[in-house]
Amino acid sequence: MQRFYTIILLLAFILTSFAAYAENEGEKKNKEGDFDPLEMIMHHISDSHNWHIVSFKNKEGKDVDIAIPLPVILIHDGSVHIFMSSDFHHGEAVVQKGDQYFKLYHDKVYLTDASGKINLNSEGVPENAKPFDLSITRNVASMWMSVLIMLALFIPAARKYRGKPSMPTGMQSLMEPIILFVRDDIVIEQIGEKKADRFMPYIMTIFFFIWINNLIGMVPIFPGGSNVSGNIAFTGILAVFTFLLTNVFGTKSYWKDIFATPGVPIPVRAILIPIEFVSIFTKPFALMVRLFANITAGHIVLLSLTSLIFVLKTIYISPVSIGMSLFMDMLELLVGLLQAYIFALLSALFIGMAVNDEEEH
Amino acid sequence: MDLLTPDPGLVIWTGTTFIILVLILRKYAWRPILHAIRVREHTIKYALASAEKAKQEAENIEKLKKQTLEEAAVERDRLITEARELKAKIIEEAKKSAQVEADKIVETTRLQLEKEKKDALSQMREQIAVLSVDIAGKLLEQELKTTKKQKELIDKYLKEVSFN
Repeated sequence: MQRFYTIILLLAFILTSFAAYAENEGEKKNKEGDFDPLEMIMHHISDSHNWHIVSFKNKEGKDVDIAIPLPVILIHDGSVHIFMSSDFHHGEAVVQKGDQYFKLYHDKVYLTDASGKINLNSEGVPENAKPFDLSITRNVASMWMSVLIMLALFIPAARKYRGKPSMPTGMQSLMEPIILFVRDDIVIEQIGEKKADRFMPYIMTIFFFIWINNLIGMVPIFPGGSNVSGNIAFTGILAVFTFLLTNVFGTKSYWKDIFATPGVPIPVRAILIPIEFVSIFTKPFALMVRLFANITAGHIVLLSLTSLIFVLKTIYISPVSIGMSLFMDMLELLVGLLQAYIFALLSALFIGMAVNDEEEH
Repeated sequence: MDLLTPDPGLVIWTGTTFIILVLILRKYAWRPILHAIRVREHTIKYALASAEKAKQEAENIEKLKKQTLEEAAVERDRLITEARELKAKIIEEAKKSAQVEADKIVETTRLQLEKEKKDALSQMREQIAVLSVDIAGKLLEQELKTTKKQKELIDKYLKEVSFN
């Protein structure tokens, strides 16, 4: 243990000294061809219209990008346009559909004129109008992959339960303890035996969906390389589902607790009601932000560690980068499970508080 | 910040995907799995309970067996004692009756012997009488010539035929 701390301290010292060096370097950058870690990191953690695999310079000195093109679906002025993202040529080409022109700028689709001009305002934000973008982006594709994985995991496992009760085997015996854990220690524990069955599929699905997407997010290249569960749209819509379930199935006593807290004098209620009312929204909001921030932070740290090699332009830092990345990866494996557990647990807790008549605190 | 603005396209896709996933998994995974697990749990519970019951029953039977065996042993001992007593009694009785019979036989034999003896004695007397007469006749025939000699002979014979 002593040695472990020594190594960590040493690494911290090396890193901070290099960071100071990197800062000096930073002043000189922004030239063409310089490595910009911020741009790279932002590119990796945000969504994209194609699934980037690798890019390199070939023998002729040309940039080669190998990426999987994904379908782009745009809706504008009542017409739907579907084409492959390779048509954009990484934002260099303007795509004409009917009398409309689309151009990709920083992985967002904008409406342009035939020349493909993007008007930037003083802050560098494009002023062009955006079509409604319903594309199958990298995140959507990655999410669908997680869906396929889940179906492949659970449906064959479920098939094994047919017939007489027997010993679990194979995939079934791997999944069963986890399923039982979610059932007993999350759903039944929080919602109670009576009403647990109704919410079981939701909590089960949310737990495995988040967990598997967290794990896919940790794979750095093709089948992974996305940041689905660290995307605020993803975490947001899941939080909205929990919000809807909580409030749609909320019982009389749940609403009474909010708008007419029993045993509290009326003047105090005047203060309590706004607080209670706001808490309806803050709970799912916290769910959304917690998952988003945890997963995105993990990605940023991992990418920063890798960027270190390119920022410092030396291969000798790679053992530090790799060592720290390995450590972070281990941590992220834990965080991935933990965040799925927390999301499922808190969803179950909120639902449990809303659907049960007797308050159990 | 771009990162904090949810992209409506992704929201729609995630929402749709998730709802469909919940519905599919509910029908083809969670319900069958959880149902099967519950059935299995009940089966195990039932099996455990019935095993416990069976064990109890076996114990009861064992107890009953032991009790029966004990009772049987007691009964056996009693029967053996009784049989012994009976045997002794029977032997005793047999002895008694045998004694009586033996006594009877001895008595009869004795009487028979007595009678035989009497008969023999009487027969003997008759014989002696006949012999005596014969002797007397012979003596008379021989010795009557000399009285003295006759008398000596008679005495001699009489001495020879001395019986109780």
